[in-house]
Amino acid sequence: MDALLHQVLAGLATGGIYASLALALVMIYQATHLVNFAQGEMAMFTTYIAWSLIEAGMPYWAAFILTVLTAFMLGVLIERLIIRPVGQAPVLAVVVVFIALLLILNSVTGWIYTYTIKTFPSPFPAQPLFGNRYLSSHELGAIGITLVVLLLLYAFFRFTPLGLAMRAAAQNPESSRLVGIRVGWMLALGWGLAAAIGSIGGMMVAPIVYLDPNMMSGVLLYAFAAALVGGIDNPMGAVIGGFLVGVLENVLGAFVIGNELKLSVALVIIIGVLLVRPSGFFGRVQVSRV
Amino acid sequence: MKALLVGVMTAALAVPAMAQKKYDAGADDKEIKIGNTNPYSGPASAYGQIGKAIAAYFKMVNDQGGVNGRKINFVSYDDSYSPPKTVEMARKLVEQDQVLFLFQTLGTPSNTAIQKYMNTMKVPQLYVATGATKWNDPKNFHWTMGWQPNYQTEGRIYAKHILATKPNAKIGILYQNDDYGKDYLKGMEDGLGDKAKTMIVSKVSYEVSDPTVDSQIVQLQASGADTFFNITTPKFAAQAIRKAYDIGWKPVHYLNNVSISVGSVLTPAGLDKSVGLITAAYLKEPTDARWASDKGLEPFREFMKKYLPDANIADNFNIYGYTVGATLVQALKQCGNELTHENIMRQSANLKNLRLDTLLPGIVITTAPTDYAPIEAVQLQRFNGKQWELFGDVMTSQ
Amino acid sequence: MSRKTLVLAIVLLIVACALPFVVSNYRTFQFTLVLVYAIALLGLNILTGYNGQISLGHGAFYALGAYCTAILMDRWGVPYWATIPVAGAVCLGAGFLFGLPALRLEGLYLALATFALGVATPQLLKYHLLEKWTGGVQGIVIMKPAPPFGLPLNPDQWLYFFTLAIAAVMFILGWNLIRGRIGRALVAIRDQHIAAEAMGIHNALYKSLAFGVSAMFTGVAGALGAVAVQFVAPDSFNIFLSIVLLVGIVVGGLASISGALYGALFIQFIPNIADEISKAAPWAIFGAFMIGFVYLMPTGVAGAVRLLTARRKAP
Repeated sequence: MDALLHQVLAGLATGGIYASLALALVMIYQATHLVNFAQGEMAMFTTYIAWSLIEAGMPYWAAFILTVLTAFMLGVLIERLIIRPVGQAPVLAVVVVFIALLLILNSVTGWIYTYTIKTFPSPFPAQPLFGNRYLSSHELGAIGITLVVLLLLYAFFRFTPLGLAMRAAAQNPESSRLVGIRVGWMLALGWGLAAAIGSIGGMMVAPIVYLDPNMMSGVLLYAFAAALVGGIDNPMGAVIGGFLVGVLENVLGAFVIGNELKLSVALVIIIGVLLVRPSGFFGRVQVSRV
Repeated sequence: MKALLVGVMTAALAVPAMAQKKYDAGADDKEIKIGNTNPYSGPASAYGQIGKAIAAYFKMVNDQGGVNGRKINFVSYDDSYSPPKTVEMARKLVEQDQVLFLFQTLGTPSNTAIQKYMNTMKVPQLYVATGATKWNDPKNFHWTMGWQPNYQTEGRIYAKHILATKPNAKIGILYQNDDYGKDYLKGMEDGLGDKAKTMIVSKVSYEVSDPTVDSQIVQLQASGADTFFNITTPKFAAQAIRKAYDIGWKPVHYLNNVSISVGSVLTPAGLDKSVGLITAAYLKEPTDARWASDKGLEPFREFMKKYLPDANIADNFNIYGYTVGATLVQALKQCGNELTHENIMRQSANLKNLRLDTLLPGIVITTAPTDYAPIEAVQLQRFNGKQWELFGDVMTSQ
Repeated sequence: MSRKTLVLAIVLLIVACALPFVVSNYRTFQFTLVLVYAIALLGLNILTGYNGQISLGHGAFYALGAYCTAILMDRWGVPYWATIPVAGAVCLGAGFLFGLPALRLEGLYLALATFALGVATPQLLKYHLLEKWTGGVQGIVIMKPAPPFGLPLNPDQWLYFFTLAIAAVMFILGWNLIRGRIGRALVAIRDQHIAAEAMGIHNALYKSLAFGVSAMFTGVAGALGAVAVQFVAPDSFNIFLSIVLLVGIVVGGLASISGALYGALFIQFIPNIADEISKAAPWAIFGAFMIGFVYLMPTGVAGAVRLLTARRKAP
């Protein structure tokens, strides 16, 4: 029983990693109706920026805030300079550009920072809460931060006019322009926010898995799965999806099918869920006019 | 007339008795062309540092005059750790670039893919950068030779140690799910012999693409193991060491040689959490305090400062590249002016007790026509919180 | 097919036949790989370009074909030419079977499912219960086929012609498929699937068939690739292969037969060029090339060629 509990809690910790990247994926989807394959690498790259700042002597929270702002600007820049020119191209062409971004970011980071792993500091105390052996304070803190970001995001989209404008711009660019929404800037804003969320995720993840250029490569599939299984247009669904995927992965790997088939089981679960609920558990069912 | 005859004879005698100059494609009076493939891109690109270290080493050798007056022209291509790409690049090096031989091609599947080709073309596939056991097979593959102590040997040595010190141990193993991990695993299982089935209580794998191995460590603790064989690459080794400590699991911990760096594995994991780790080593570890004032390592430190200033000296790959480069230079020196495929193989298989300063004391490089394993000895060492302490004798798998 | 295209195709074929005699063995080997990728890209294009079903996991079918060939040749001594149709048949079935549950998945969700398939492939190939056949992480080494009937060709040239012949057959097959009823049905399903269903096209059947046929093409390519490289190992078939195939059809030109050839040239030679330019960050250069191609030719090289020829024809 103890082993099961332990695996579940460890699963929640890894699930937090998936959830934070899934949130960024949902963010970008809500803004642009595209899935950004380079999200993980952007998060990783911005985390390296934070690392450089901290190495240079900046205190943690100052570096944190500066990194989030830098990530935001980076996201806006990428949208304006790289994504905007291919706006008219078929969807798959844009996907190829995302893939190219992934390759470029991964390669350039490895070149600048080398592949030796680096420790990334955590703002949370080193002692585990109540001295428990299951979850470190950082892992708990990271889950907490992910939930806070989720709440902020939810509030932003639901209750602010800007959030509404962004959703409108993604759903129906033509009508949005007619009511005066600057669609182009909405897209850029979406990218900026997604990059910022990604950077927070990266800075939460790095203390657990250590910082290296391939930190996020394995996470992408699970984050993607979490986002879709939870409902690609629902931030809360993405977070719940992330935790679900983390726990399932651990429990199945430890007790049911062994680690050698974990990925294949992930595949089967994804297909299974999507067959039963094609829009994900919490997604809004898409109804399209014929 | 007599003076002319004497003059001619003197002139004839004065011509220095030069060694026969024989060249195969890739060598001439001025240079030796060497080919290599390394993963400079892709998920294994961390290993690409070996290629960079070797290139820097040869640059240093060239700056110091080269080998027997010839400069080394080191041509290295990226294969992204993908065997089809390795095949393509190997063919390019041999057929188009006309290199004299391939050196330190990296990766077990990559080298397996080109082994038959190299032996058919009768071009040396020298000192391959993998610890698989199959490279010591001179009878079937005359042109292929390994270099580092192979993984199975190391696994067997740990097994021997366990049997000698803790015969009732319950062993848990974490291994990377690829040829490297499985080779170590086989070494340990073979070393334990019949007792493998009863002693190994849990074998857990992970993929390179997994974000963390925390779940696997939890599984191992739950299995009741009190001895842990940790077959992981640096990032995962650091995660494993830290997690084991955090969940209060204190097994007798054997760490594989690939991840022994104090600077790039133990420090991130936490030096206090790494106390008691046991490993087998053959290279000196530059960030280890015990070698801090070692005279033998001074040339290496100079080399790092001058030729690899942006690299991390804690990264084992640098001293690895330096040492294997030095091994090759010795073999090439022995070739003299006869730079043919056959002679390269002959001299590479003719290293007698070669002693290099970057190797641990007591470890030498020896090869023979029936012995294609240059380094077969390792020394066990234990981490005391500050540095690795050697203990026991230099061991081989026998 | 217009006379012009027919003439162009024949000229191309003649050039292709002459190639191995003017370039080195190494280049012949590279061009053999180009042909292999072209077949694979044609397969992916049938599914994604013409039928609109995004697949990020076609590397799995490539791997399936490659392993079919390797296992048949290594464990059962089947001659290499006989393994190709078997690989094709197995992949046809596998693709069709995968296409059935995929029917319920649209766009993004299908992309995810195929992405998961692509990621899971190496792990499946390493699975210890299958190790007896797949050779596990060590892979399988394959013998190089020798030219038959004592033809005056060396093995590389023979392999090239063998691959060329099969490529020609596959391209004609694909072209026939696309130009005919089935092709039109596929495109109709892609563009207006509800109208297509209303017009009597059995969506489910055609979509699953598209998956099966597409997998068959890619599987044949995988089989030929295995024979050319003479080695299969799980790590040769990771997610990067699937991603590169997708990049290939986009850069070459979606929904285009010639696009398969352009794409194959891109994914075979550009990484080498990137490596020459920068050893420190070769992927970055490759990515830069990809972005460049997509900017200049958003509809792919085939699309750009079409535009150029149309412009020249217009008065």
